[in-house]
Amino acid sequence: MEGVVAYENDLNLKATELRLGLPGTERNQEQAVSCARNNKRPLPETGDQNGGAKAKSDAPNTPPAPKAHTVGWPPIRSYRKNSLQQPKQTAAESSVMYVKVSMDGAPYLRKIDLKVYQGYPELLKALENMFKFTIGEYSEREGYKGSEYAPTYEDKDGDWMLVGDVPWEMFMSSCKRLRIMKGSEARGLGCGV
Amino acid sequence: MLRMARSLPEEVLEHVFSFIHSDKDRNAISMVCKSWYEIERWCRRRIFVGNCYAVNPSMVIRRFPEVRSVELKGKPHFADFNLVPDGWGGYVYPWIAAMANAYPWLEEISLKRMVVTDETLELIAKSFKNFKVLVLSSCEGFSTDGLAAIAANCRNLRQLDLRESEVDDPSGHWLSHFPDSFTSLVSLNISCLGSEVNFSALEHLVGRCPNLRTLRLNRAVPLDRLANILRRAPQLVELGAGTYSAELRPDVFSSIAGAFSGCKELKSLSGFWDVVPGYLPAIYPICSSLTSLNLSYATIQSPDLVKLVSQCQSLQRLWVLDYIEDIGLEALAAFCKDLQELRVFPSEPFALEPNVSLTEQGLVSVSEGCLKLHSVLYFCRQMTNDALVTIARNCPKMTRFRLCIIEPRTPDYITLQPLDDGFGAIVEHCKDLRRLSLSGLLTDRVFEYIGTHAKKLEMLSVAFAGDSDLGLHHVLYGCENLRKLEIRDCPFGDKALLANAAKLETMRSLWMSSCSVSFGACKLLGQKMPRLNIEVIDERGPPDSRPESCPVEKLYIYRTLAGPRFDMPGFVWTMDEDSALRFS
Repeated sequence: MEGVVAYENDLNLKATELRLGLPGTERNQEQAVSCARNNKRPLPETGDQNGGAKAKSDAPNTPPAPKAHTVGWPPIRSYRKNSLQQPKQTAAESSVMYVKVSMDGAPYLRKIDLKVYQGYPELLKALENMFKFTIGEYSEREGYKGSEYAPTYEDKDGDWMLVGDVPWEMFMSSCKRLRIMKGSEARGLGCGV
Repeated sequence: MLRMARSLPEEVLEHVFSFIHSDKDRNAISMVCKSWYEIERWCRRRIFVGNCYAVNPSMVIRRFPEVRSVELKGKPHFADFNLVPDGWGGYVYPWIAAMANAYPWLEEISLKRMVVTDETLELIAKSFKNFKVLVLSSCEGFSTDGLAAIAANCRNLRQLDLRESEVDDPSGHWLSHFPDSFTSLVSLNISCLGSEVNFSALEHLVGRCPNLRTLRLNRAVPLDRLANILRRAPQLVELGAGTYSAELRPDVFSSIAGAFSGCKELKSLSGFWDVVPGYLPAIYPICSSLTSLNLSYATIQSPDLVKLVSQCQSLQRLWVLDYIEDIGLEALAAFCKDLQELRVFPSEPFALEPNVSLTEQGLVSVSEGCLKLHSVLYFCRQMTNDALVTIARNCPKMTRFRLCIIEPRTPDYITLQPLDDGFGAIVEHCKDLRRLSLSGLLTDRVFEYIGTHAKKLEMLSVAFAGDSDLGLHHVLYGCENLRKLEIRDCPFGDKALLANAAKLETMRSLWMSSCSVSFGACKLLGQKMPRLNIEVIDERGPPDSRPESCPVEKLYIYRTLAGPRFDMPGFVWTMDEDSALRFS
């Protein structure tokens, strides 16, 4: 078998035995017509027109690929494409904000939509109604006095905080879940800890 | 000369070699004589394997027993654009397992486009007692659990860089696994992480690492946290901000501005997702010392971009979205005379009509004003031969030129001619060109120009171009320094490939997808070239279920000393000496 030979200007490969078609077939790509074709890829033309060589499908039954379906074009990494899209709605933009609420001693948890409330008084009232208890009066120094319950929430850092210490908007953006503490644990929160 | 070499004691030679760092030079040294080969291999500390399948771990370990730093690359570049199906390969675990035994003192691992698992990261964390640097560039397959293992066990870690990797990150708490006694961090890049990290753990980590120089945060770090972080690390040289957006408030503004002014060493900025322009002036005080600015995620419009870049007189590198428009690039050309690298990314790559006024003129302006410009990546929607000729003449020192005209096969929009002459001028004038990406309407002539002139070219990317095999032949025959060639959707078939088969052994790799290379030609190549792996990647099923003349979907050819690999998925076939028999 002849070795591979390179020619400078013209591929006179008829002289070598590297033609891979049946004897007598033409030296162009039409032999590819017979194989199963991937619809996404239009076959190239082999003509040598100047300046007009748009690649078109050779076979009539392969539609040209619509641009939106050209895989990997334009050549942009997926993380770039994703970052151009709108980010996941931030808490500020979303219209609902459901958080779980647990009550010490209750058999199951509830969920409430924080967006429904305008501020702490409304929220606490709703919690009182939902779980049938009373929360004491809030003071910065002593927390919720006059009741054995204390409303707490878990923030972004994973810490348990007393509801009511920070401005409402800040609470909304950092609250991940609520827990109504009861008994000695609840009282501990208010006592100079 | 030979007598002198024999009479110098080993220790002296080893000391001399310790000043030689480049792989090319080290390879040259090792070929002088047998004793130099021996001495050199015992004192090589750093190895780079550009294709992880070109050699196997035991070969490397056998030759270089005392390595401290390893860099490996896996998948071909077109994997970045989803052209390589999932599961193709690039698994790093076998390398790490082998090195865990052989290199207990390994300090640095850098991986690019490889599949890294949590198991791999756990193995790294417990095998290398003096581990210092982990760079995972465009990798995938691991989660924050693996990162937690690294954080918990690598006491001397200096650098953790996850650039552009895909990380499964359900929990933000992995940062807390750095013990309180851990203070050695110099560089942390978590910009690719999708979910939040624990902010107080982050602040505490930043605060206790006095040598921290590089900190690239992810999008989930809000603006109101940034000031705290900056105040704990005023020595930062490189910063990637997170989301640069918040309700405009004077107290927040002055907090951010104050924090930035406190960072007197800042030279590089990146990040800046979701920018609220009102907060941009907070960085004005540090602009004049910036050398690198990556705003490629920042949705800032051109008036604000102009105000910003006009103050960055020391800028050497700018990555930006096409919101900068021609007018912003003119400002860049006027104010940033030290600019060396420019990348302009498309803000709406799939829109049919242009959404911004960014044309060939912008790039021409920069080429006129920035005489040190040598590296360009430019996405645009129109181009002319004249513009390319002007750019070529203005920037004879260009080393990397990548132009992407978004619509395939777009001609010169004024003359309607192919862009052959424009790119021809680039390769003719820019004699040091090492990397080139083509786009637009191109005939075989552009490849003739490339083969004739681009003698230093090492990497060429081609898409939707050319007329016939002659095009491919010009490149393979003429480009003496070609190492990587990647081609998609071009009418290149068997002839040029077979006629230049020997050339393929002088290159790292060739990728061809959606071209016209037949299965028969692949088999023939596999038979003739035992030192190449000819991988046929075809998701339509076994190639022998179709006629031999049928083109393969994708073809990846690379030179190798390791023979065919054993971890191929069901849609990859290697053509080797036996394949002609096996498939007939």
